[in-house]
Amino acid sequence: MKQTLLSLSNLSKQFDGKTVLDSLDLEIFDGEFITLLGPSGCGKTTLLRMMAGFEHPDEGTITLGGQDLTHTPPENRPLNTVFQNYALFPHMSVFDNVAYGLKMEKRPKDEIRERVEDALAMVQLEDFARRKPHQLSGGQQQRVAIARAVVKRPKMLLLDEPLSALDYKLRRTMQVELKRLQRELGITFVFVTHDQEEALSMSDRVVVLKDGHIQQLGTPREVYERPANLFTARFVGETNFFPGRVDSANGDDTITVDVFGLKRTFRKPDFAVSDGQALHVLLRPEDIRVLAPEEDDGVSGKVVERNYKGSTLDSVIHLEDGTEVLASEFFDEDDPTFDYRLGEPVKVSWVDGWEWLLPDEPAPAAEDDTVDA
Amino acid sequence: MRSARQQPFRTAVLILVWGWLLFLVFTPNLLVVGASVMTRDPGTFISLPLNLDAYRQLLNPLYLEVFLHSLYMAAMTTLICLLIGYPFAWSLSKVARQHQVLLIFLLIVPFWTNSLVRTYALKLILATNGLLNSALMSLGLIEEPLQMLYTEGAVIIGLVYLLLPFMILPLYAVFDDLRDDLLRASHDLGAGRFSTFIHVIVPLTLPGVLAGVMLVLLPAMGLFFVPDILGGSRNLLVGNVIKNQFLDARNWPFGAAASIVLTLAMAFLMFAHRLSKRRIGEEGV
Repeated sequence: MKQTLLSLSNLSKQFDGKTVLDSLDLEIFDGEFITLLGPSGCGKTTLLRMMAGFEHPDEGTITLGGQDLTHTPPENRPLNTVFQNYALFPHMSVFDNVAYGLKMEKRPKDEIRERVEDALAMVQLEDFARRKPHQLSGGQQQRVAIARAVVKRPKMLLLDEPLSALDYKLRRTMQVELKRLQRELGITFVFVTHDQEEALSMSDRVVVLKDGHIQQLGTPREVYERPANLFTARFVGETNFFPGRVDSANGDDTITVDVFGLKRTFRKPDFAVSDGQALHVLLRPEDIRVLAPEEDDGVSGKVVERNYKGSTLDSVIHLEDGTEVLASEFFDEDDPTFDYRLGEPVKVSWVDGWEWLLPDEPAPAAEDDTVDA
Repeated sequence: MRSARQQPFRTAVLILVWGWLLFLVFTPNLLVVGASVMTRDPGTFISLPLNLDAYRQLLNPLYLEVFLHSLYMAAMTTLICLLIGYPFAWSLSKVARQHQVLLIFLLIVPFWTNSLVRTYALKLILATNGLLNSALMSLGLIEEPLQMLYTEGAVIIGLVYLLLPFMILPLYAVFDDLRDDLLRASHDLGAGRFSTFIHVIVPLTLPGVLAGVMLVLLPAMGLFFVPDILGGSRNLLVGNVIKNQFLDARNWPFGAAASIVLTLAMAFLMFAHRLSKRRIGEEGV
């Protein structure tokens, strides 16, 4: 059984009358890599700052291993932060930056030197100890910030969009490196990002936030394949939303749904369905099959855009009723019909069972608490 | 690279700037250096032969005493400006942006009045039957007027009043640049308020402190009209000595030598300021 390390309960926060967090509950397990994901203004940074102690909740409590931290100042919390713009002390060398936290603990000099050198070796910067932060590249500064935060052996590492200032390639390298560090150190990582790809590839669990509410809490796979609501489905990855209408509920845990005039049989969803009810049929671009126009199966449309992506071919298809469909297909050298020209008529289909159904929500997506643990 | 057509303009600007510096900065200073190594002459003010008598005269205990007293008053002024200006600039950087502009504006408004006039105004306040004494007496705090004018205190009050903005503005600039996340990082790493102040805030605002000291300490040794109006005969500044040598004693070499020493002191402070900025990775001034 996983042990809860940090427990947030009933947290609320308002800034100038605007609600940033609204009675939010979250349990963070010992040793996990958990990501707070959401668009800007969703409350993810505020939440992280509350864990660090830079902000205090209007209501609610924060406990770490049973100990109440709600009003503990940041300097007395056994947590450390990696800041978005690194926040390295510009007047100190790399060594002094990393040693700062240990000096504040009044550790003996020998121990400080040893631990700082270990931390710098861990991020492969042992030769840069004498440099000043402004003499380092962005990626190197990032590593110093990480070394400075982990050298104190915190119970938890809080990372506030730490990779957002790096270019794409470096970001990928740092993602891998952060994962490796987390495995080696066994420290709980709380990672804030607005980049859903980053969240999916790094985390054990993802918390999708919007307007101070948790939209969904689950593994990357759950969040991607079984989004709890339309917001999560839209925010995490690309999705085709097809309008469906329940034709009939069958006895064998399946329902028949009318999609673009096609009668398709789907697994019965978690929510209650009644005949004639409108719902959304969600299909990821990679679930879509593009077929030749003479096939019996599928909905007719034509190709309006195609992007060669190396390993996949991404196309945009307009159906006859104007619906835009994104399709992403892996190359299949045995399929002679694979390549389409622009404007070419095709049929769009999918494999039943790969879809995900969500109830129709009044637009814009309702702000109900859909917590799915 | 600039195109050839822009070259004449560029050349003209450079000639103007260099010409200005050469004729209005370099040459006068060179003349002062020249005067300082010449001999006093009652008729032509200065004459040959060249010698270092003027500098030797500076070491005269009488002048040394004036210099030290002047340095003391200037240092007190600087210290008081720093003690007021540091928290002032810090709080200024914390208030909302639109209010900051207004507050800085209010700080600059007194500059529109001539500082001589403002010093006379201060004299009216500090005088024996001036504003301050009358106020204190009518409040019953004192029985008879205090002697405030023509004291060392009056000179320091005058200097602080005139020079405080020069301390606040550079300090405000460094506090404005001080990023909150550095303070957060310090707390996050286990430092309390005091440790953060000593290890992060002070070193990062040091260039502003030195710039402020530079802008206050040296003028505070030179603003001769402040002791003239507020200080009486015993509270002289180096500026008074220089002024007196040129205008009253007619000893140009000695006045020039005193100016040179003051200039060298300024150069030393600027060097220290540059060094402190380089430490935190900024370009020199």
